[in-house]
Amino acid sequence: MKCDLCENEATVRETSRRNGVTIEKHLCEACAAAQGIDTGGGAFQKMIEQIASGPASVNISIVTGGTKGGAARLSVCPSCRLTFNEFKQSGLLGCADCYRAFEGQLGPLVERAHQGGVAHCGKVPRRQSAGKPASPVATSSGLSLEERAARLRALQLQLEQAVKSEQYEVAAKVRDQIRKLGGSEA
Amino acid sequence: MTKPKPDGSNGEGPAAFNPLPEWLRNEGEAADVVLSSRVRLARNLAGHLFIVKATRKDRQRTLEVCRDTILHCSLAPHIAWYDLHAANPADRTLLVERHLISKQLAKGRAGGPGAAEDPRAVAIGLPDERLSIMVNEEDHLRIQTVRSGLSLAAAWKEIDAVDDRIEAGLEYAFSPRFGYLTACPTNVGTGLRMSVMLHLPGLRLTGDIDKVKRAAADMGLAVRGFYGEGSDAVGDLYQLSNQTTLGKSEASILHDMEHEIVPRIVEYERLSRRELITRRRVGVEDQVMRAWGLLTHARLLTTDEAMGALSLARLGILTGILKATGGAAIDVRTVNQLILLVQPAHLQRVVGRELDQEQRRVARATFVRGRVCTAS
Ligand SMILES: [Zn+2]
Ligand SMILES: [Zn+2]
Repeated sequence: MKCDLCENEATVRETSRRNGVTIEKHLCEACAAAQGIDTGGGAFQKMIEQIASGPASVNISIVTGGTKGGAARLSVCPSCRLTFNEFKQSGLLGCADCYRAFEGQLGPLVERAHQGGVAHCGKVPRRQSAGKPASPVATSSGLSLEERAARLRALQLQLEQAVKSEQYEVAAKVRDQIRKLGGSEA
Repeated sequence: MTKPKPDGSNGEGPAAFNPLPEWLRNEGEAADVVLSSRVRLARNLAGHLFIVKATRKDRQRTLEVCRDTILHCSLAPHIAWYDLHAANPADRTLLVERHLISKQLAKGRAGGPGAAEDPRAVAIGLPDERLSIMVNEEDHLRIQTVRSGLSLAAAWKEIDAVDDRIEAGLEYAFSPRFGYLTACPTNVGTGLRMSVMLHLPGLRLTGDIDKVKRAAADMGLAVRGFYGEGSDAVGDLYQLSNQTTLGKSEASILHDMEHEIVPRIVEYERLSRRELITRRRVGVEDQVMRAWGLLTHARLLTTDEAMGALSLARLGILTGILKATGGAAIDVRTVNQLILLVQPAHLQRVVGRELDQEQRRVARATFVRGRVCTAS
């Protein structure tokens, strides 16, 4: 069976009851994760709980074992071999590259965990900013010009990804943030 | 700084610790309500596997790289290094009770076999214990600074400088979009957690404490007990901290905590205390004096009982009730210190031997009685 939201094979079935009507959804792992549906347990579950309490009486069952080949998103980190399923069990990533490997799945989760925060804002390691002249000029947003540029770059990247994966709500929020910083959406 | 021994340790055991660490000094802004301010940074090394995927060999390598940098970049006048895999369980518990390491670091890799031998360590700035750095906890580095009273800005200033110095010797895992990369995505971004330890007996007695907890949750803050995650608020002590670390700068988190959120809670607690002594005086006097009776006369005390009574004694001192009722001239610092010394590992350190639970109850009551009665 195909995922209700994309072309992938559905591996998660979620049934929920609202106003006496049973709603059944068939989702692939990535879409389930994007909707905040937990198919694992433990720390990940806790992370989800911290974010928002889910709909009443939700039932989740895994229909088939694991993701089969051909998934649009990576389910294994090429650097540390952590699978997205393993992450869901422990809530912990295996290496720095996991963030890139699972960026699509992590984006929405991270956003919910951080009250809508989608991109880093703040301190940057000196090694990262080395070579670029330090800018003492602050913009109206309270960020230095350099910080603002870095922020905008990150946001634009995100907007692209959100549109690509048809996460329009996320895209709208990112667009707002870009506008607030006075940037264009190019 | 004294030269570390070849094995990395400085040779002294936790016995060398200050009898009154920074976080119990009762100094600084709003110390009547805010015991301490704590700032933590989560950092990982580029090119090193995170903890779940690292083998013991990998962790050993991470530990050594961190130790070389931490011990050689002049972070504090004196840095003590403890290899926790080599420490005895009593010392590990002692460090947990002093809020220098987490329970998780004390235990080692959670659940796994041979957890106790897992390579992990803590570096501590002595003698004030303002700085501690956990190595190989959930993240490679968990840096923490603490100050007495409401003083997040000072704690932030110190940790920011420490972070820079460590970064000069190590490369951190960082991405422009996600910021400092952490093992758990809930800490990613700044990797920053700012927290305050609050003493809120007034709000508990007026029954308004749940309102504060709900308001804090609505603002996206976490409320924990004295010993962190999952612990109850024994002794009316609560730890309040930010949870959002992505999309919010350090300066903005600092501003919200230090100038918006915490001052409001401090005012609310002070108002509750004033209301209690003007409108419900006899009731509060009764509570305080019963607690005083427990501290001066009980023959058996559990940790929680002792902390509950010490909390009310602290309230009694700060509101003048204890003095007015002929109770005692005991000071807040002595009470703060007792909060630490009644904990199991500290109590055993004080009496100088291992005790079972029953023996501890006797020893705790005897010790508290001695301290409280000589002080008054
Ligand atoms: Zn899908
Ligand atoms: Zn990885």
